[in-house]
Amino acid sequence: MNAPAPQVSGDVVELRIPAKAEWVSIARLAVSAIASRMQFSIEEIEDVKLAVAEACVHAIGRGGEYVELLSESLPDGLRIHVRNFGGPVPAETVNLETADESSLGGLGVFLIRALMDRVDYEARPQGGSDLVMFKRRSA
Amino acid sequence: MDIKVTVREGKGDCSIVDLSGEIDVYTSPKLKDAVSNLIDRGVYNLVINLEKVRYIDSTGLGVLIGGLKRVREHGGSVNLVCTNPQIKKIFDITGLVMIFGIFDSEDAAMKALV
Repeated sequence: MNAPAPQVSGDVVELRIPAKAEWVSIARLAVSAIASRMQFSIEEIEDVKLAVAEACVHAIGRGGEYVELLSESLPDGLRIHVRNFGGPVPAETVNLETADESSLGGLGVFLIRALMDRVDYEARPQGGSDLVMFKRRSA
Repeated sequence: MDIKVTVREGKGDCSIVDLSGEIDVYTSPKLKDAVSNLIDRGVYNLVINLEKVRYIDSTGLGVLIGGLKRVREHGGSVNLVCTNPQIKKIFDITGLVMIFGIFDSEDAAMKALV
């Protein structure tokens, strides 16, 4: 499509899904639609889709009733927060660039790190945690 | 979103598992059941055809790895047929290309087994 890029920078889209495996496909479809609207390439959209699905699986594994996704359209890319409402975790921020894979979900976390440009893990004092990922748009 | 799993006989003592759709945390138990049933029946050489698979995540990869581990205990192997570049990329970045035989055609995957 040669249509001009829509002005979506600064827009935020939120989605809350039940913390169940059958809803993960809805999350990845929603985020891939957002990435498509932002004119990411097909390969980049596939990367984001898989990373979000892996983050949702990770969030479901932490427990809690829901998983929340917040997608921020930025001028140079897409930032996605995947929030779980599981039990309390240590009040510290873990940078997944240096964290031990086995302690944070093995292959899924490895894939997230490989596919996204930046990944951070932020514990919330009230319980639960956010996995925050950023994907830069190439064009 | 679903996955379709079909099992048929291949050359020699191998079976071919045809997959289509999306292999994710929700659908991968269906694949796990199919692979486990084959191994329980004594089929230790498998060709898993991923040509019609549009998407696979780490749980799907985990099922394939688990199947490979089980058949290797009996001297068998699992070869994959995969032509989708995005799926191939996932095998590349996880290093699973070093563990599975990955082929462009079913014939080549079967020949490498028998």
